[in-house]
Amino acid sequence: MIALPELKPNKMTFQAIVFYVFASTLIISALVVITARNPVHAALFLVLSFCSAAALWLLLYAEFLALTLILVYVGAVMVLFLFVVMMLDINFDKLREGFWRYLPVAATVAILMLAQMLLLLFDRSMRLVSAASPGAPAPGVSNTKELGRVLYTDYLLTFELAAVILLVAIVAAIALTLRGRKEVKTQNVGEQVRVKSSDRLKIISMAAEKDEPPAPVSPPAA
Amino acid sequence: MITLSHYLGLSAIIFAISIAGIFLNRKNIIILLMCIELMLLAVNMNFIAFSHYLNDLSGQVFVFFILTVAAAESAIGLAILVVLFRNLKSINVDDIGTLKG
Repeated sequence: MIALPELKPNKMTFQAIVFYVFASTLIISALVVITARNPVHAALFLVLSFCSAAALWLLLYAEFLALTLILVYVGAVMVLFLFVVMMLDINFDKLREGFWRYLPVAATVAILMLAQMLLLLFDRSMRLVSAASPGAPAPGVSNTKELGRVLYTDYLLTFELAAVILLVAIVAAIALTLRGRKEVKTQNVGEQVRVKSSDRLKIISMAAEKDEPPAPVSPPAA
Repeated sequence: MITLSHYLGLSAIIFAISIAGIFLNRKNIIILLMCIELMLLAVNMNFIAFSHYLNDLSGQVFVFFILTVAAAESAIGLAILVVLFRNLKSINVDDIGTLKG
């Protein structure tokens, strides 16, 4: 990649444009998620907000995590959400009863928290916050490679724990939703494996039968 | 010029929106789970912004683990939701009082 010196200010403004476009998309879609009447629309707008967040992460040079967000969240978790929303037969209008009743409380709490966080952010004494971007990483440095190197050396134990957590999640999800239906004839593999030969074949001892000569049959009279 | 405070402010806004969403959708568990996902997204964005502006890769490692745990959480949460709906024929939070807690 050739860095042209006259392109530098343009690049900054272009980054700003990209940031503001995706940030406003993110905020608007998050607002739609919490106010949508139909949960399917909420899930789809959550997908949109994840996509714009991934674009913002790309702007921060976190390529691996941006793509992971799209693959894992948009590809797996949100599809799971959509499956569940469409599978369950729910009257969503009943769940929206009194939806706006708690709006004053919700707005108060949200605005208070937002004001507190923003006050902290724009405090003059925290000079870290106004720090300029360190810029793009040096050419040839791969975000994925660096992340993998750290993950497999410094954070190896944590990485293995994450694998165990995923395994537990698989086992828990299957164990929770698995049910034995009564009206369907299925094989019980455990019983089949546990079976002994004595359950199938019964050997009884009985007295040996004598080999009696057949009774002489009188020849028919000619 | 995009500074660190832009990203932190954005994630603060997302976090506040999802808190308001938890108040508004207090009966619908599915939307509650979605609001939790949004909160985690805001937190992750903080981590990644700090990781970039401080030139420290540990923030991205944390986001990696948060994504793992969040995926496990939503999978188990939705499994519980399906079992709940099978038993109660409802996902209203008001109906989940059988433990009398």
